[in-house]
Amino acid sequence: MAETATAEKVAKKKEKPAPRIEVIDEFCKGCNICVDICPTNVLEMKPDPTRWVGAVVVVTRPEACTRCMLCEIHCPDFAIKVY
Amino acid sequence: MDKKIQLWEGNHLVAEAAIRAGCRFFAGYPITPSSEVAEYMAWKLPQVGGTFIQMEDEIASMGAIIGASLAGVKSMTATSGPGFSLKQENLGFACIAEIPVVILNVMRGGPSTGLPTHPSQMDVMQARWGTHGDHWIIAIAPAYMDEIFRGTVRAFNLAEKYRVPVIILLDEILGHMHEGYEIPDDFEIIDRAKPDVPPEEYFPYDDSKGDVPPLAPFFTGYRYNVTGLNHDKSGFPTTNPELIQRDMERQRRKLYANLDDILWYDEYKLDDAEIGLVAFGSMGRSAQVAVDLAREQGIKAGLFRPITLWPFPEEKVQQLAEQVDTILVPEMNLGQLILEVERCVHGKANVEGVNKVGGLPIEPPEILEAIKARI
Amino acid sequence: MAFNYEYYLRMDKMPHMWCPGCGIGIVVKAMLRAIDKMGWSKDDVAVVSGIGCTSRTPGYVDFNTLHTTHGRALTFATGLKLARPDKHVIVISGDGDAAAIGGNHFLHACRRNIDLTLIVVNNYIYGMTGGQASPTTPFGARASTAPYGAVDSPLDISRVAIAAGASYVARGTVAQGFMLEKFIYNGFKHKGFAVIEAMSTCPIQYGRRNKLSDPVQLLKWVKEHGVPAKKAEKMSPEELEGKFITGELHNQERVEYTEEYELVRQRAQEAAGAR
Repeated sequence: MAETATAEKVAKKKEKPAPRIEVIDEFCKGCNICVDICPTNVLEMKPDPTRWVGAVVVVTRPEACTRCMLCEIHCPDFAIKVY
Repeated sequence: MDKKIQLWEGNHLVAEAAIRAGCRFFAGYPITPSSEVAEYMAWKLPQVGGTFIQMEDEIASMGAIIGASLAGVKSMTATSGPGFSLKQENLGFACIAEIPVVILNVMRGGPSTGLPTHPSQMDVMQARWGTHGDHWIIAIAPAYMDEIFRGTVRAFNLAEKYRVPVIILLDEILGHMHEGYEIPDDFEIIDRAKPDVPPEEYFPYDDSKGDVPPLAPFFTGYRYNVTGLNHDKSGFPTTNPELIQRDMERQRRKLYANLDDILWYDEYKLDDAEIGLVAFGSMGRSAQVAVDLAREQGIKAGLFRPITLWPFPEEKVQQLAEQVDTILVPEMNLGQLILEVERCVHGKANVEGVNKVGGLPIEPPEILEAIKARI
Repeated sequence: MAFNYEYYLRMDKMPHMWCPGCGIGIVVKAMLRAIDKMGWSKDDVAVVSGIGCTSRTPGYVDFNTLHTTHGRALTFATGLKLARPDKHVIVISGDGDAAAIGGNHFLHACRRNIDLTLIVVNNYIYGMTGGQASPTTPFGARASTAPYGAVDSPLDISRVAIAAGASYVARGTVAQGFMLEKFIYNGFKHKGFAVIEAMSTCPIQYGRRNKLSDPVQLLKWVKEHGVPAKKAEKMSPEELEGKFITGELHNQERVEYTEEYELVRQRAQEAAGAR
C-alpha cells in the first residue's frame, strides 16, 4: 500500500526533475536521524571503519524520495541536501 | 553658560566630562558612593541623543557597555567596591577582546559591603589584577577637579586609542566633594581607528600594521567574530600556543611600548627634596599640603603623585629612590601602593607607609608627623 | 529545494564541533532559514551567545558574531541593540547559560521587552563541561553531578519567560524542525522580546546517563514528551507530569524598550530646550 502511494507521488512529480539527494560525507557524523526520519526509506547508514564515527549515510533508493525535506531539515550536521 | 565657574560635584564632573569626550552610552546599577554618575547620565544622556540604561546588576552593566562599544558607541559604567568586584568578569572579556570601555570606581571601604559611605583607596591592586588571567589595563587616579575632567576625557581617549578598558579611580572624598570649576574647551578627543581595508581583507586582531589593530563597528559590513576565548588574528578561537603567545605579548606591548603617551603624573617640590612622598588621589592632595607644612618647618619634602596608576610610572619612582633616603607612602589602606613603590625602589631607599583605614582621610598634619618622625 | 545554508555558514569552520545526534545543528538550521525568510542582510544581523555547546554557534554563522561570557549574552546583546535599534540582534543560549548563571539577565530582558530574539536550546544538561545537572534536568534524571538522580525540580523556561513579561514565547522541539523555523520566524517578526525554547537532544551527556544514548531514540523521546498546547488544555496535571507544552504559548503587543527610550530622548530634549 505504502509502495503504491509512493509510486503515485513519484509519477505525479514526473514533470519536475527527479529529486537529487546530496550527502556531504565529511560533515556526516552517522547519527542515523535522517535514516529514521525518512518516510520512504531512501537512506541507509553504511558502516565505514575509516571514519571516527564509524559510519556514513548513503542514498540507496533515490527514486523513492518525495522531496519532503525531513532529512535535510533534521540533519544536525548540515550533511544532507535535497534538490 | 560653560564659560563660567560652576559648583561641581566630583561624580557629576566625571559624567559631564564623559559626555564631552563623546560617551553616548551608559549602563549602570545603583551603588554608593557612585550613584550620582548614573543619575546625571540618566538626566543628560538622552538630551544629547545618547542612551542610559539601568541594568539588573553590575555584571549586566559591564556586558551592556561592551556590547554598545562594539557597535561603535563610546560607553562607560560607574560603580564602587562590591560592584567593581562584579565587573571583573566582563572586564576580562573587554581585555581579551580588546574593546574600548571606561569604568569608574569610586572607592569605598571594604572588603565586601565594608564602608559604603566612607572613602578608601583599597582597590589599587584590584584595579590592576581584579580579573583573572594575564591582562594589561590602564587606571587613572585624578586628585583635583581639572584632573577629574581631563582624566575622564583622557580615559576615553586612551581606551579608543589602545583598544583597552580604562579604569578611573576616584574615592568617596573626590566623588562627593564639591568645588568650583570651569569646563575647559582645550582638550583633544580621540576616536578609535577604523579599518582602511575592505571587509574581505579585515582581521580584527591583525598585528601586521601595528600593535593596535583597527576595530570595525558591528553592522558596518565587516562581519567578524569576537570571543572571550584566546583567538587568532581573525577573532576565531585557537589553542595554538605560538599564536596565543604572540597575541598576548602584543596586548602587553601595546601599552608598555607607549608609556610616554600613557603615563601621567605630577611632581611637587621634588627638585631639592630630601624626603619623598608618593601618594595618589585624595591622599595626593593631603600629601601636597603636608609638603608645604614640612617646608614651613624647614624640612625639604617633595611629592611624586602618579595620576596614571597602572601602568605604574616606575622609572620616576626609581629616580626618586636615587635622590632621597626615605620615601613615605600615605594611602587609605594598610599597604597597597607601597608594594609597587617597594618593587620599583628595590632597596635603594627606605620605604614606609602612612596608613589609615576606617573611613577617615589621612590629614596633612598626620603626614607631617610621619615626616618629622623620619628626620 | 535544498536550502542554501552555505551562504550563511562560515564554511572554513565546518564541520561543526557538536556531537553526533546533538540537536543544536537542527536549531541553527531553523534559525538560518528563518533569517533568510526575513530577507535580512547578513551585515544587519548579530548573533550573540554565552558559554556552552549552543554558545559555539556564532563561530559557524556568517554574521556579526559575539561569543561572550557564561550567562551574559543578553547583557551584551542589550548594549548592541540599544546602540543600533535598527539592527537585528539574536541571542542563542543553552539551558544552563540562560536559566542558571544567566537567569537574572533572562528575567530582566523579558521584563524590559527589548526587541531581541532569544533562542534557548534546552537539552537538560551541561554538555560541554561533562554532563552535570542543569536547571532543566528532569527530577530524578541522572547527571554527572546527580549520580543518584536529580533532586532539584526542573525550571520551565517558557513559563518563566511569560511570567517575567516576554511578549512572544514559543516552545518547539528539534524533532519538528519546520515548526521550530516557524516559531523563530514569528519571533523575529515580533516587536519585543521573543523567546523560543527548543527542546533538544544531547545523546552523549544526557542520553548516555539516562538510557537514551541512541540519537534516534532520544529524538523520539523529545517528540513524545511534547504536548501541543491545545491538547494540553484537556489533560490533567497528572497526565502532564514530566511533559512539556509546545506551541506558541504567548503573543502579546506590549511597549518595546528601544521605542520607548526614543520617547525618553524626545522628552529629555524638550525639557532641555524649555530650560
